[in-house]
Amino acid sequence: MSDVTLSLPKGRSRLALALRRPGFLLGAAIIGLSTLLALFPGLFAPYDPNFIDYTAVGQPPSAAHPFGTDMLGRDALSRVIWAYRINMQMAILATIFALLIGVTVGALVGYYRGVADMIFGRFVDAIITFPFLVLVIAVVAVLGPGLVNMYVAITLVGWVYYARLMRAEVIGQMGNDYAAAGLVMGYSDRRIIFRHLLPNAITPVIVYWMTDMALAILLGSSLGYLGLGAQPPQAEWGVLIAEGRNFLTTAWWLSLMPGIAIVLTGLGFSLLGDAMADLLRPRG
Amino acid sequence: MTRDTILEVRNLSTTFARAGRALPAVRDVSFTLGRGEVLGLVGESGSGKSVTLRSILGLSRHYGTVTGEVRWKGRDIASLSERALRSVRGREIAMIFQEPMSSLNPLLTVGMQLTEVLKAHTDLGRSERRRRAIEMLDHVGIPSAAARLDDYPHQFSGGMRQRVMIAIALAARPQLLLADEPTTALDVTIQAQILDLILGLAREYEMGVILVTHDLGVVAQTCDRVAVMYAGRIVEEAPVAPLLSDPRHPYTMGLMRSVPEGVAPRTALYSVPGTPPALDALPQGCAFAPRCPSASAQCTATDPALNRLAPGRSAACHHPVSLAKGDAA
Amino acid sequence: MSAPVLEIRDLHLAFPLGRSFADLIARRPGRAVRALNGIDLDLRRGETLGIVGESGCGKSTLARAVVRLYRPTAGTVSFGGEDIFAAHTRRDRTYNRRVQMMFQDPYSSLNPRMTCGQILTEALSVHRMRPAAEIPARVAELLDLVRLPQDAAEKLPHEFSGGQRQRIAIARALAVEPEVLIADELVSALDVSVQAQVVNLLLELQERLGLTILFVAHDLRLVRHVSNRVAVIYLGRIVEIGDSESLFSAPTHPYSQALLSAAPSLDPADRGRGARLQGELPSPLNIPPGCPFHLRCPRATDICRTARPDLRPIAGRGEVACHHADEIALNG
Repeated sequence: MSDVTLSLPKGRSRLALALRRPGFLLGAAIIGLSTLLALFPGLFAPYDPNFIDYTAVGQPPSAAHPFGTDMLGRDALSRVIWAYRINMQMAILATIFALLIGVTVGALVGYYRGVADMIFGRFVDAIITFPFLVLVIAVVAVLGPGLVNMYVAITLVGWVYYARLMRAEVIGQMGNDYAAAGLVMGYSDRRIIFRHLLPNAITPVIVYWMTDMALAILLGSSLGYLGLGAQPPQAEWGVLIAEGRNFLTTAWWLSLMPGIAIVLTGLGFSLLGDAMADLLRPRG
Repeated sequence: MTRDTILEVRNLSTTFARAGRALPAVRDVSFTLGRGEVLGLVGESGSGKSVTLRSILGLSRHYGTVTGEVRWKGRDIASLSERALRSVRGREIAMIFQEPMSSLNPLLTVGMQLTEVLKAHTDLGRSERRRRAIEMLDHVGIPSAAARLDDYPHQFSGGMRQRVMIAIALAARPQLLLADEPTTALDVTIQAQILDLILGLAREYEMGVILVTHDLGVVAQTCDRVAVMYAGRIVEEAPVAPLLSDPRHPYTMGLMRSVPEGVAPRTALYSVPGTPPALDALPQGCAFAPRCPSASAQCTATDPALNRLAPGRSAACHHPVSLAKGDAA
Repeated sequence: MSAPVLEIRDLHLAFPLGRSFADLIARRPGRAVRALNGIDLDLRRGETLGIVGESGCGKSTLARAVVRLYRPTAGTVSFGGEDIFAAHTRRDRTYNRRVQMMFQDPYSSLNPRMTCGQILTEALSVHRMRPAAEIPARVAELLDLVRLPQDAAEKLPHEFSGGQRQRIAIARALAVEPEVLIADELVSALDVSVQAQVVNLLLELQERLGLTILFVAHDLRLVRHVSNRVAVIYLGRIVEIGDSESLFSAPTHPYSQALLSAAPSLDPADRGRGARLQGELPSPLNIPPGCPFHLRCPRATDICRTARPDLRPIAGRGEVACHHADEIALNG
């Protein structure tokens, strides 16, 4: 009801409100822990992930090896932990460049419109008609398998999604008079785009980025599983699942544990993204 | 002029809860409305005028707590169930809003929306409903009404849309029309047409009207009686002519004086000092006291009741002013 | 009155709608909303020129074209003798500094993520109005000028009321020390008593700083109160322009008469008086030939349906674009 004046109590920060949401707390805890594991796997892993012990091959979970051991006698828990390093790196490196390129291109075409925007529109149409994974695999096939090429491939395709989102947001924000006011004030285009429009338009992009990081982990491990991403003996969840694939009936834990790690991390990013949407929304 | 009372609102209060705080949007509002009478409910944003209107039809109860009585033709509709209210809404009491676009369904033709109301509230047959729908559109001044029955709301201009809304609201011949700033979004020339239309129909159907507005000009040109609201309360009530020529509450006086009329051009306009209080931080005593030029210790201590000053006139003020006596605030 | 600051000559502005499929088949050119159809206007130094008209008449488009938010399809706007749309002046930022605009909606005209202080600092530093060290003092001065408390600098726009936000917008415009202010429905979104405060502030600042103001509004009472001269716009053309008091007390063009009589009087005794204008504003997609007002005009004759009247001076009145202006001026 617009007819009601409301004086919100001062000093109650938005962060404090967000902290009371269980979803945000859980998401932050999962991602915080994942980051710690990724940064310092050596501190948490009980064994060297690549130490081969032929005396303990394919052992089920036990006190000594909580996740069991694989067919080369490597400690599965240590390999899942060391994989955090690769998979969290994927979350960042496979998305950050797409984010930066997409935000910039999207903001520019959204602001200037015109011919560049029309060309962009056609390009987007062309890209989104193909399934994401198919395009990425095609690019990796051309460049050759490996982590770096995978990042390049995902970035080459992924930025389009960010740009599309950013463009729409910028066009929406242009409807607000503060953008017109910037023009009337004689501010440069660069200032209006990056100082005024971008901070107001970026919230949905950041939220999308959170879910995209989860997707990047999923995509990265899919490629790892297919042998197009990380290469064995490197510990990576997709690679780990692939290694356990032939022993699903005899040593199920080899594929299950990395699978759970993927699900958990994905959940963490999603929860965080949700809370982010509330945290970043401008007030008033 | 004496009229039979059709609506009596007694001690109506509506309180919203926001972020754990109680917001008294309407506080102890009482008034009556006679058959065919046009009552203006005037005030600034946040004064509670719209909420009062919505509370009459039970539209506020989903958002807050409503207490008090709304006696409509002898029964208390404030205590009716949602189901029972439905037979009153639209049939006996209709409502129109400021923004017709948001209260018309964009996916249905105007004709369908009109006949829908008739189907719900009358016993008319299919062809009779259509005939009545055309008649209604024609009546509210929509040219070539029969042809426009199959048009969608977006095909009408703002003024025409407001006419369509009025046609829908009045289709079932209600005895009371609640109008919430019906002309605020319109241009003056269209506003004049719409107000003429509402008044003409009110006279024709002997329909009571409660008109919520912030425009004193609109009040002067349409209302029989006026209630001025401030911070959720009625602070003054009077027939329109004496209210405008001789306001008794200092707030009414302040409102009147801030209108640029009869003031030398390009000179400073009067404006009531300060700002209205936040609803969750109402001052003790009279809510207007902190801004009032004639406030005394009594005003900050006790909230004045709405006292009768003369026949038909009342004001909630310990120190009512009067232009007639020459002691203007 | 002194020399014109801004000279608007034969300004046309159309917003193309793009060609629909039906247009393509019929080989019609794309349609366009013809918002401005030949505006001639001088804004004189130090005056307040009011612009009134119904919504869709082009008054806001005119205001936005003057600050180069829209590019006209034809005609010129000259400031200090220079065409502001000429290629070499188009990116000239000093024009934006000297001609400022304030917008209607106090909730969208301020960046929600910048504090009031940041908004003012930005204006001051981009145009190098003060050396960096003196900026905080100037911000304080500006807040004082528009009567906002000093702690306002730290607050975000959502912490202010509508009236306070319009004060911030005024302060932002004044930060760059402009000569001309364009006020597009500056107070329309505000309550009456707040309106009065903002209008008082505007008038006072104009006096103190010698500002020239283009005051676009639909509230006739308010325009009458603040303006020295008033122009009445109908379908993108000026139909009458003249001294504010005489235009309001004796409007000549039938449209001005209808517009003024439609404004509800504060006196209940005036009820039912004044001729009601029939019909609505024709669509600017499809402007009638002849006098654009003839469809709604009670005085329309044959000539009005065929020939478009030009704005011409009428003895004892301002300038009026009506074939029958002389007889109206004579007989009332």
